[in-house]
Amino acid sequence: MKTQDTHGSLFTYITGFILSVGLTLVAYFAVADQWLSGTGLITFIVSLAVVQLIVQLFFFLHLGSESKPRWNLTIFLFMLLVVVIIVFGSIWVMNHLNYNMATPSDTDAHIIQDEGFKK
Amino acid sequence: MKILGNLTFDALKHDGITGLTVNAMLIGAPIAFILLVAGLTYFKRWPTAIGFVKWLWKNWLTSLDPKKIGVMYLVTAFAMLLRGVADAAMMRAQQATSVGSSHGIVSSDTFQQVFTAHGTIMIFFVAMGLMFGIINLVLPLQIGARDVAFPFMNSASFWLYVAGTVLINLSLVVGQLAATGWLAYPPLSELAYSPGVGVDYWIWSLQIAGIGSMLSGINFLVTILKMRRPGMTLMKMPMFTWSVLNAMVLVAFAFPILTATLAMLALDRTLGMHFFTAGAGGNAMMYVNLIWAWGHPEVYILVLPAFGIFSEVVATYSHKRLFGYTSMVWALGAITFLSFIVWLHHFFTMGAGADVNTFFGIMTAVIAVPTGVKVFNWLFTMYRGRVVFATPMLWFLGFVVTFTIGGMTGVLMSVPAIDFQVHNTLFLVAHFHNMIIGGVVFGYFAGITYWWPKIFGFKLNERLGRYAFWCWFTGFLLAFIPLYILGLMGAARRLDHYDASMGWQWLFIVSGVGVLFISAGIGFQILQLAYSVWKRKENRDTTGDPWNGRTLEWSVPSPAPYYNFAVLSPVTERDPFWEAKQKAGSDRPAKQKYEDFEMPKNSPMGMFIAAFAFIFGFAVIWHIWWLVPLALLAVITTIAIRTLDDHSEYTVTAAEVEELEASHAQ
Amino acid sequence: MHNNDSKTVFGFWVYLMTDCVLFASLFVTYAVLHGNTFGGPGAAELFSLPFVLGETLILLTSSFTAGLAMLAAHAGRPRQVLAWFAVTFLLGVAFLTMEVTEFSKLAHEGNSWQRSGFLSAFFTLVGTHGLHITSGLIWMGIMMTKVVRGGLAPNTLRRLTLLSMFWHFLDIIWIFIFTIVYLMGAAS
Repeated sequence: MKTQDTHGSLFTYITGFILSVGLTLVAYFAVADQWLSGTGLITFIVSLAVVQLIVQLFFFLHLGSESKPRWNLTIFLFMLLVVVIIVFGSIWVMNHLNYNMATPSDTDAHIIQDEGFKK
Repeated sequence: MKILGNLTFDALKHDGITGLTVNAMLIGAPIAFILLVAGLTYFKRWPTAIGFVKWLWKNWLTSLDPKKIGVMYLVTAFAMLLRGVADAAMMRAQQATSVGSSHGIVSSDTFQQVFTAHGTIMIFFVAMGLMFGIINLVLPLQIGARDVAFPFMNSASFWLYVAGTVLINLSLVVGQLAATGWLAYPPLSELAYSPGVGVDYWIWSLQIAGIGSMLSGINFLVTILKMRRPGMTLMKMPMFTWSVLNAMVLVAFAFPILTATLAMLALDRTLGMHFFTAGAGGNAMMYVNLIWAWGHPEVYILVLPAFGIFSEVVATYSHKRLFGYTSMVWALGAITFLSFIVWLHHFFTMGAGADVNTFFGIMTAVIAVPTGVKVFNWLFTMYRGRVVFATPMLWFLGFVVTFTIGGMTGVLMSVPAIDFQVHNTLFLVAHFHNMIIGGVVFGYFAGITYWWPKIFGFKLNERLGRYAFWCWFTGFLLAFIPLYILGLMGAARRLDHYDASMGWQWLFIVSGVGVLFISAGIGFQILQLAYSVWKRKENRDTTGDPWNGRTLEWSVPSPAPYYNFAVLSPVTERDPFWEAKQKAGSDRPAKQKYEDFEMPKNSPMGMFIAAFAFIFGFAVIWHIWWLVPLALLAVITTIAIRTLDDHSEYTVTAAEVEELEASHAQ
Repeated sequence: MHNNDSKTVFGFWVYLMTDCVLFASLFVTYAVLHGNTFGGPGAAELFSLPFVLGETLILLTSSFTAGLAMLAAHAGRPRQVLAWFAVTFLLGVAFLTMEVTEFSKLAHEGNSWQRSGFLSAFFTLVGTHGLHITSGLIWMGIMMTKVVRGGLAPNTLRRLTLLSMFWHFLDIIWIFIFTIVYLMGAAS
């Protein structure tokens, strides 16, 4: 994103583009061809998404390359903080609420799992 | 497809007190209008009337001057305060009389709409209106700027707020309002259980006003970060400016949650989706979660600027600089951050379990600490100062008493086990009114009194201000301390009837008397306004600095010129005006070098955008489907026309400024 | 004028940050509701990965070409600006067409936004992104007209900067839709 002097160059856009395409394809094939499974797969593709986020923020939006004071970066980081709190906080809260709203058979399953009863 | 959707003449039919009020309006308004036209014609006063309308249009309605916009916010907010207090009076009257075999003055259904209207109006249209009003009036002056960052967007924000007030007031006459409480929890607010237009009015009134608020948040944030005087670093800003900065950060990052949540509820109701419905895979608890993730930051949005006002007021009337500036800044920042991680305390009882409840309970207790730091710093500021107990200081002292009580009950309820006992009882109701009236309302009243001379050029009458304060303060205690007791006795909130055997009635009666005192307080405020306007020449502020102030806004004449400052000279320290006064002999430097500068031209486009947004909302509410895309297109087109306008400013030349400054000096 | 630019660009950046929070609210609602299929089909059954990959690469390319358009704008070459924005526009239209096709296919086979909480959340999250893309395309059309009529005046340059920020931002949001909705959906 442009401030007075940071417009990027052909090099930055091409690099950003190639990296993004690469990251997209890796994530795609990881799922389509099942390179991993379960939590490992999820962690992998989410990490790829975060890396692509950083790539595009830096190469396309030029974040972090502005002159001081770096308000854009500061506000971005604060937004990230709020988003992390809202998203992970809400998921944490809702999972616990759903725990208490479970059907009787689900509740049995939870208790068995949580209290360590072995079948 | 019916041309008016679901809108029929039945929408105008109401029962009981509502019916009387509405019918009186429907008959009275046309009669008043006819009388007005007849009178103007008979007394040949049409040119005066047209002149007045033109003056209003040019000097107020299309103005992009934040001082004008601020006054309009305050006028609208005060009008909504009257409606909100009327609702409160009805509720008190109902609960004082609806015992045993009597069912009070309104039906259950009406009562539910009354408390919904009361909460919605007070939070969204009174408190937010007072806040944005004061910020508009004071912020640019305090940071030494001529305007806000985006003057046109400022106007659009104001008119969107007005569109919201129009919608919610219209719901009284045409149709109904939600009967769900001010946050409209599903499943009650879903179509299955609220099939009428009430909840839709609620949604769209808030959605439209909410977008205005969000845009203001962005506007004031950029203003503070980018338009301060050279030399005014962050740590040299006035404390009110710091409080606004923090509040606007909260607005920018919390209001999108409200926008998304209201949109999802609207999609459920209008397009048959299942976000929060009771079946088909909806999850009503997610609504409660999201709405409070917005709702908690919202209450800090309201109170932080009030804290900022107290910082200014206490320092000025103690003739001492604010104690502990740095710790005040850190306290504001801590409150801002913490306000994002306490929201679950609004629904401890929804059943998230001990782990979750404990985390949020602890965070809630923690957030009281920085607030306490601030209260002590204000008191330390007063210590050994030469304190003048003008009306704003009275509001501050009233705040210390009431807000502290409310804060303590808040910390009490932060313990989930205790909260389980008092959640949704009148104990809770008393707590939050403590915070909002004692904190927010008292703070904004202090600010309005304090800055009044700067905006209008004359002081408000002190004696009537004192009477108003004492009525409000006494009324508040009478109205709400009984509610604490009632809550502990088991009285739930929002009850429209109860058994005589509960033994509650006398407490409700005392509370009702409290409302009468508060109404008297408002009466005194209106009297104060009228009297002060009448006596304005005697009470004129001739120096621009009626209170021996400390910050930049007091360095310009009263009322402030439309361009605020003739010259934007750099500042070097905190409380720059106070420092300048200590150093120099005279209040104003001898000869200044003037330069040309740009000011925004007036524009009606903000009003038009809001008018089309209002039509859009109304069309969706009543399912007038053909009108929906048209209104939306009108909004977009108006925005496009305005944003592509390259000639929206005009130049004020150095010579003109010199002339204006000379005329002020006389 | 320089000062105006910095204020406006920063203000627009703040707006984009608020839009991120809006999308985050929709994302978390999707996360909470994605299992609420109410007996109907879930993500794994409904989404076609190759199709979505196509959409993703098209949008990504359009973000790249928007960047190239801005390079041309700062180099003062209006004809190149128009050319690259025209490509961006066409890619954007292609993306939208694919998305609308996917939506109407789902709706026609009975899996509309009214079917379940999961589908309501899906259509709203992806649909909101699509509405933003639509707005961006309208804005792009208006800006291209401005460039044709008045060349690269300072005001136009500033507005093109905002537009390109907006377009890049939309591709970034899509990264997460692609990953969380489609890839995670298929992996479940």
